[in-house]
Parts: sequence; C-alpha cells; structure tokens
Amino acid sequence: MLLKDLFAVTMLLSIYGLLSATFFVAMDAVDVAFTEASVGAGISTLLLLVVISVTGRRERRVRHKPYAALFVVILTSMLLVFGTSDMPYFGSADAPIHNHVAPRYLNDSMQEINVPNIVTAVLASYRAFDTFGEVVVIFTAGIGVLALMSVSSKALSKSQPLNRPRGLYEQHLVIRIVAKTLFPFIFLFALYVQFHGDFGPGGGFQAGVIFAAAFILYAMLFGLDAATKVIKPAVIELLAALGVLLYGSVGIVTLLNGGNFFDYDYLLADPIAGQHLGILIIELGVGITVTCVMIMICFGFSLRRRAYEQKVAIRPKEGAV
Amino acid sequence: MDLVISISSGICLLLGSFICVSGSIGLLRFPDFYTRMHATSVTETSGVALILIGLMILSPDLLVFAKLVMILLLGLLIGPTTGHVLAKAAYHNGLKPKLTKSGNEQSSVPSSERGGDISKS
Amino acid sequence: MFIGLANTWVAILLMMIGLYIVIAQGNLIKKIIGLTLFQTSVFIFYISMAKVEGGTAPIFSSDISIYSNPLPHALILTAIVVGISTTALALSLIVRIKEAYGTIEEEEIQGLDEEQD
Repeated sequence: MLLKDLFAVTMLLSIYGLLSATFFVAMDAVDVAFTEASVGAGISTLLLLVVISVTGRRERRVRHKPYAALFVVILTSMLLVFGTSDMPYFGSADAPIHNHVAPRYLNDSMQEINVPNIVTAVLASYRAFDTFGEVVVIFTAGIGVLALMSVSSKALSKSQPLNRPRGLYEQHLVIRIVAKTLFPFIFLFALYVQFHGDFGPGGGFQAGVIFAAAFILYAMLFGLDAATKVIKPAVIELLAALGVLLYGSVGIVTLLNGGNFFDYDYLLADPIAGQHLGILIIELGVGITVTCVMIMICFGFSLRRRAYEQKVAIRPKEGAV
Repeated sequence: MDLVISISSGICLLLGSFICVSGSIGLLRFPDFYTRMHATSVTETSGVALILIGLMILSPDLLVFAKLVMILLLGLLIGPTTGHVLAKAAYHNGLKPKLTKSGNEQSSVPSSERGGDISKS
Repeated sequence: MFIGLANTWVAILLMMIGLYIVIAQGNLIKKIIGLTLFQTSVFIFYISMAKVEGGTAPIFSSDISIYSNPLPHALILTAIVVGISTTALALSLIVRIKEAYGTIEEEEIQGLDEEQD
C-alpha cells in the first residue's frame, strides 16, 4: 500500500515468515515452525528477490481510489466474524477437532507404529496417500517452472558471459571462506533432520529445504556455472522424478504383499519393523523430491535471468512486446 | 550452589536482554546505514552470546549444553560475516556514511549522496 | 468472554489484508505477496485450532499426558512446502509476463492488450 519499494516489501515478508514460525512454536507445532522458518524466511525471500531483480524494484504508481476493494473486504470480514460466533474457544479440549481421529492417533500410534513424533506418524503412515498427493503437486510445480523458465542451452553458451565486474567476485572472499567451512555442517544438519524425524521435529520436507538451501548458497557464492558443474541440471531433474517414484513404489510393494496402498504392516514380517522401514523410505523420497524441485526452481530462475540480461544487453531499448 | 547458578545465569540473561534492547533502540534511532549495522551487529554477537551463556549455565544435561554451544559458535561465525558482507555491499554501491556536521571530512561527500537512507543509494 | 475467539479474528484480519492486496494492488508481485499473506493466515488458523490448553508438542514422552492435536500440524507442514512450489510457479509466470510485455503492472498490461485488438 504505502511501500513502493518491492525490496522492502520482500524483507518485511521474510520477517513476517520468521515471526509466524515463532508463533507456531508457541502453538506447539514444532515441525510446522521448522518448515515455515526454512521456507517462509529463506527460500521464498530468495525467489522473490531473484524475480524482483528481473522485473524491477519500483512499483509504478497508484491509479484509482480503492473504495470498491475496501467495501468487498469489509463485507467479507464482517460475514466471517459473524461466522466465528459458533466456533469453539481457543485451547478448549472438547472442541470437535480434538474428538474424532486425533485421540486415536495420540493413543494408538505408539503401539501401531512406535514412532515418538506423532506428526511424522500421521504424515508418513496414517495419511501417506495424502502426502503422496502433496509430493506429486510439488513435483508438478517443479515441472511447470521448468517448462516456463527453460532456456535453450545453445543460446546461453554461445553468447559471451556477461561483462560483469570482476571486482564483485573478489569482494566475496570472506563470505566464501566462511561458507566453505559451513557446508559440511549444513549437510550434516540436513541429514540429521532427515533421519531424526521419527524422534524429534524434522523429516523429509524440512531436510529437503535445508539441502536445497546449501546448494543455492553454493550457487550464489561461486556462480551458477560452478554449481551446475557440481550437480548437473539433468541429474537434478532425474532425481526429482526418482523421489516420487521411490515414494509410489513403496505403495506398490505393499499392494503386492497383500495389503492396502501404503499399508506398511505388510512390508516386512514384523508390522512395527515394516512401519519403520516404510516411513524411512518415503521420508527419503520426499526429501529427494523437495531438494531437487527447490534447486530446479532456483536454477531455472537464475538461468532465465541471465538469458534475459543477455537479451537486454544485446538489444537495448527495443520497447515492449 | 543452586543460588550461585541462578544468580549468575540471571545476570547473564539480564545483560544480554539489555544489549538486545539497546541494539533495537539503536536500529531505530541511529542516523545512517553503517551505524545501524553497528547496532544490529552488537545485538547479534554479544547480546545473543550472553543470553546463550546464561542458558548454558542453567542447562540440565550435557546434550542441551552441547546444542547451545553449537548455536553460539554458529552465531559467532555467521553474524560478523553477514555484517561484513552487508557493509561492503553498501559501500561498493556508493552509500556514503553520514558524517557529523562539525566534521571536516564531509566536504568530500557530494550533498546529493549524503542521505543516510539505504533506499536513496 | 469473546476473548477466546481472538485467534480466529487475527486470522480473519490477516486474511482480509491479503485479500485487499490481491484486489487493490496493480503490481503482480504485490498480488503474489498478498496471496502468501492469505495463505499464512490459513496456516495460523489451523495451527491455533490444534492447540490444547496445557498441552505440549505432539512428540511422545512417558511423563506427558496432554498433547496438542497432531493432525493439523501434518496438514499444514505439507501445505507450506506445496505453497512455496505454487508461488514459484506464479513467479515464473510473472517473469514470462515481464519478458512479453515489459511491465508487471496490471493496467499497463491491459492497455497493451487493448492496443493490439
């Protein structure tokens, strides 16, 4: 509304993401807070900044008076507030939400699945089919970004790299050295989050975002060319598909063993061991897919931005359309 | 012994909170980008370090202690680095520090560039 | 007595701010940011619904008896990552619009479209 600088807006959104993560901790949702801190304050800010560097930092102008929008918003909010009069009060234990499936999850998951983190049990075992759908949505979004952002590699490699000031790279000496010392710890932490998700807050989604953050940090500091040498875009695309395939194939194996889709009791002779194996494998699939899709999105944006800059540099001021 | 532990950790926590609050006030009140950077750097190194040390004294077992040490090391490594990178980026993009009116150095700075706000750079 | 509903009202307030930005702002990036705010308000609504008075995080421990509801946590955890993926898709569409039209202001794009007709 008042801020015309999109950079400041993005930074405020990042701070908002971090604050909502602390709110989630206060509301006992530690897994959600973890995800929100890494996604809302990290990756989404980065994506917005890359896009702003393409589209321009300033907003143009305000056109007309927003009375119609204000009217719609006030009317909707009054209807919604009217609707809250029947809602259960905050924190009340006898609210309908706590009385249907939640008691079963809380009481029986320790006997049925034997995983201390009940959120992981719900996410990966009871509602595995649902999570499979979410992973497919993430994969599809990654494919969509790839389709929209893909640059023909010929056009990019033939033309000379941008005449960007070399001094800019030499400036990064301190942060490069610090980041190099940090990379092993970031990967170690991501692996810890990935495989400790059964016992504490963590799991495939969070670990995937942390892995991706490490690769994106590398790409930011050492250039996109160095990063694509470390991990080739074709390999990333293949791995993203492989993660979804790994997830789905667990369901197929349970079907073949005579159970329902994603009924891990049939994976091994011992149901509890089967549950543990199933959760481990699908968390791995989720982690691989999320990592690769996030890297794919960020690399896609950066490559597109570079191609755009080259186009602008070759044909300056050609005008719109 | 309990009394000593709680008093010492309380002193650390209070000092850390004081530094954090003064850093926030500095962020709001200081005139230009570099002095504000100074305020936030002080907050994220000594303020955070004191609070973490206060929590370490209180920590019940070795695992919590080790985690706090890791957080402290990470903060001490990353905080100064981000400060360095931010200040360097601002300087290389032509943001000049705002100098005092009585200082003689300000004559070298063109008046149009003297604005302290980062959005003017 | 209505203070127990404050969590839903905060969620409604955030949601309406997001809706207002989506409707009233012409800049496409600001529209996406409004959509993100809208999304986060739904997260806050779900997570605050899951809280039980006196409960703790739903990680099993032998000396705790009351836990918050784990089901909304599992739903929102996946929704956050799905949300960033779809936001990335929207942002890539914005980049393509910028390349095609040279602007990301809604009215200017409409004006350019009408010129072509």
